[in-house]
Amino acid sequence: MNQLADNTNKTNVEQQLGWNREQMAQRCAQDIEDGSYVNLGIGIPEKVAQYVPEGREVIYHTENGLLGMGNTPNDDELDVDLINAGKKPVTAIPGASYFHHGDSFAMIRGNHIDVCVLGAMQVSAQGDLANWSTGAVDAIPAVGGAMDLVAGVKTIYIITQHTTKSGDAKILPECTFPLTGKGVVSRIYSNLAVIDITAKGLLLTELAPGVTFDYVQSRTAVELINTL
Amino acid sequence: MIDKNISSCAEAVADIKDGDTVMIGGFGEAGSPIELIHALIDQGAKNLTVINNNTGSGRVGLAALIENEQVAKMICSYPRTANSLVFPELYRNNKIELELVPQGTLAERIRAGGAGVPAFYTKTSVGTPLAKGKEIRNFEGEDYVMERGLKADFALIKAKRADRYGNLIFNKTARNFAPIMAMAATNTLVQVNQTVSLGEIDPEHVVTPGIFVNRIIEVTNPQQESQLVKSGVVYPPMRTKVGE
Repeated sequence: MNQLADNTNKTNVEQQLGWNREQMAQRCAQDIEDGSYVNLGIGIPEKVAQYVPEGREVIYHTENGLLGMGNTPNDDELDVDLINAGKKPVTAIPGASYFHHGDSFAMIRGNHIDVCVLGAMQVSAQGDLANWSTGAVDAIPAVGGAMDLVAGVKTIYIITQHTTKSGDAKILPECTFPLTGKGVVSRIYSNLAVIDITAKGLLLTELAPGVTFDYVQSRTAVELINTL
Repeated sequence: MIDKNISSCAEAVADIKDGDTVMIGGFGEAGSPIELIHALIDQGAKNLTVINNNTGSGRVGLAALIENEQVAKMICSYPRTANSLVFPELYRNNKIELELVPQGTLAERIRAGGAGVPAFYTKTSVGTPLAKGKEIRNFEGEDYVMERGLKADFALIKAKRADRYGNLIFNKTARNFAPIMAMAATNTLVQVNQTVSLGEIDPEHVVTPGIFVNRIIEVTNPQQESQLVKSGVVYPPMRTKVGE
């Protein structure tokens, strides 16, 4: 019991290092270019929309059938027929469009969406992503649009805590969980660093404040290349 | 004369048979044709294969159809959601079969079925457990997995407005799977908030052309799944507990 409690404490400290959730989203948002069509996953990725620098016009796609997704509605604007992929109420911006699922996934699968930001359970050195299932036998399997997004969107960004809640590495030589897609991730924004996945290997391009390369390396199960 | 209007949901679903495949529109509650689903529960056809993105919530609509043991198999992408009680219980007890399909592959399979395309290749799911046992083919240096088109005996969908030819328009993101399901089913049954005269829907604005629609039922004030779930409504009202 004591051992477990100690681990939990250590973990909490570790996950508080570097950038917090808002700051990870904010850091990722700097890399969303003006004029992009963007799909944001549920959770921290959703927050990216709040931080895209002023002056950039970005169109948000939600795969249930809306291009030009706006903010969360006020209570008097609520419409049960206007929701996002997380089934939460949203608004439509002026210039938005509605379409059916066939067209919506043609936008995704036909390489029309520029950027998708997702969460991760594991990412491999080759950019394989696991984010839909731990493979546990008693779990109800559910995949949604994750496999379509990673297969079809031009650039896949991942926002994730650098390690699991119990302190294990999430960036691994090979994913041990069932894959969402093979060789699909371009860049990881963790609480500790920004890491690009390239043919040469994993390039560490930026460190969160107060974090050292050696520390990030010690929390990563793959050798990192320091570009700083 | 062509008039696809029918007077009741009960009449619309009357000829759904045991063992039929039924596509049901909706993404969560948006676009879910609750009145048609409840009519199907009253009608009682069993051993159905149902195609929907989810498995319903609470104990009304699609969840109630499943709880009523009318569904032998679900084909869907995301069988658990907030307030999803019925499916997880039956699935864990091996009382219902699940074919898990990525959401875009599900949409494309339905669209293919409706367009007379028996199979197609996609990059989605290559290298994952969901591609297991399926044909992989390489095109221009990349691997693709073969997926089959999906057809159905019936589609139950919801639209905002219809004329008697069956031309449809939808409401916002409630459109989701309805137009492609209308194309893929032999019999497409549509509950609509409002029926209008021919010509009142601008041909430029028709989303689903009437050729894909068979029966229209006007339900002017449809029930909302989330409201029913919030009020603890159970359909049919006599049932007591999940699984009983």
